[in-house]
Amino acid sequence: MAEKKEKKKKLTVPEEELMYSGHLACQGCGATIAMRYALKALGPKTSFAIPACCWSVIDGPFPYTSLGIPIFHTAFETAAVMASGLKAGFDIMGKTDVTSVAWGGDGGTTDIGIQALSGAAERNDDILYICYDNEAYMNTGVQRSSQTPWGAWTTTTPARHFKKLPKKNMVDIMAAHGIPYIATSAMAFPEDIVKKVSKAKDIKGCKYVQILASCPPGWKMVPEKSIEVIRLAVNTRIWPMLEIEEGVYNITRKPRKEIPVADYLKLQGRFRHLTEDQVNEIQEIVNFNWQRLRWLEESTQEMKEKYGRATLSVPAG
Amino acid sequence: MSDEVEIRGVRDMPAMAMSLGLMTYNKTGSWRNMTPVLDPEKCNGCMLCWKFCPDVCVSADDPPVIDYDYCKGCGVCANECPVDAIEMIEGATPPSGRAEAPEPAATP
Repeated sequence: MAEKKEKKKKLTVPEEELMYSGHLACQGCGATIAMRYALKALGPKTSFAIPACCWSVIDGPFPYTSLGIPIFHTAFETAAVMASGLKAGFDIMGKTDVTSVAWGGDGGTTDIGIQALSGAAERNDDILYICYDNEAYMNTGVQRSSQTPWGAWTTTTPARHFKKLPKKNMVDIMAAHGIPYIATSAMAFPEDIVKKVSKAKDIKGCKYVQILASCPPGWKMVPEKSIEVIRLAVNTRIWPMLEIEEGVYNITRKPRKEIPVADYLKLQGRFRHLTEDQVNEIQEIVNFNWQRLRWLEESTQEMKEKYGRATLSVPAG
Repeated sequence: MSDEVEIRGVRDMPAMAMSLGLMTYNKTGSWRNMTPVLDPEKCNGCMLCWKFCPDVCVSADDPPVIDYDYCKGCGVCANECPVDAIEMIEGATPPSGRAEAPEPAATP
């Protein structure tokens, strides 16, 4: 029993909860776990701007909430600009210790909200944009988004006409803005989420974090595999864990063993229609992307050593 | 004229009000059709079930206690448990009390 007590103290993430039971998420929802750990890192001095996305429903009907922080529900395309406005308001009121966060799904971030996000990144407003990426418009019933990967089924790309375009490279789009901090994380790695979000919180300027979150109904899989599938996404290298600090790429998790991407695909019903050749094609895309990232990592680190910086823009002080 | 606003119900609230209550009145345990049962003998205290519960209904105690009022029965805890201490059992016990929205109280 004494040994057990020792172990309990070794909780690798903060124990304080800012997300409460009773929310309206589906069984095994990945977005809730992403939110739970992001909030553990951010703490209570945080304000959220949430556009139309799963989380605007999960949170509960007005006037009830399942989060212990103030939330501003915004229009679909305005999450980033709302967070910028809230931050400006807090600054005027002298509340400089409040973190202004925009929390959107992949549709509200990479399709509909990209102009507001791009504007906030260009102005380098002091906000943190967190995108939880479940790879389609899950809230409205699984429609294709620009983050839907090649080969996936959605209701607008049915199995016979599955999506034949790759996932939009949002991380590089944000990197092109020259903002101080960009990261990708996955909800099966809570320590990683806490580390990256708390790091982003302490940096001044526009920060972007994209967290891969599973969606059991939309990915057509059993809810209990919700965590396992995300762990496989990282270990099969289809979802690389990255950090880009002022243009310098850093792959934070390099799986030692090469696991075929088929292991990840076969857990999900949305890839069931794929033939063996098509699975090999996905494997080739994954291998190429990984090589490209390794090359970017090397070259940007070299650039940083040589020239002192690796991005076009000058980071804000 | 007094500046105080009397709030009797949702309609009396100011337009830009923040949330006035928590969703904890919503006993999501009624969604469940599989029930996780933890065997404290087998538990090794790794806290993975606490860590990965999407409904925040596993306590951070040793051994953990599952709150059946809110457990939706997704089975993530049973799947993640490295020592198979959690078993999913067919059927569900109804959550205690009725799920009814309380009248909004003052800001918490």
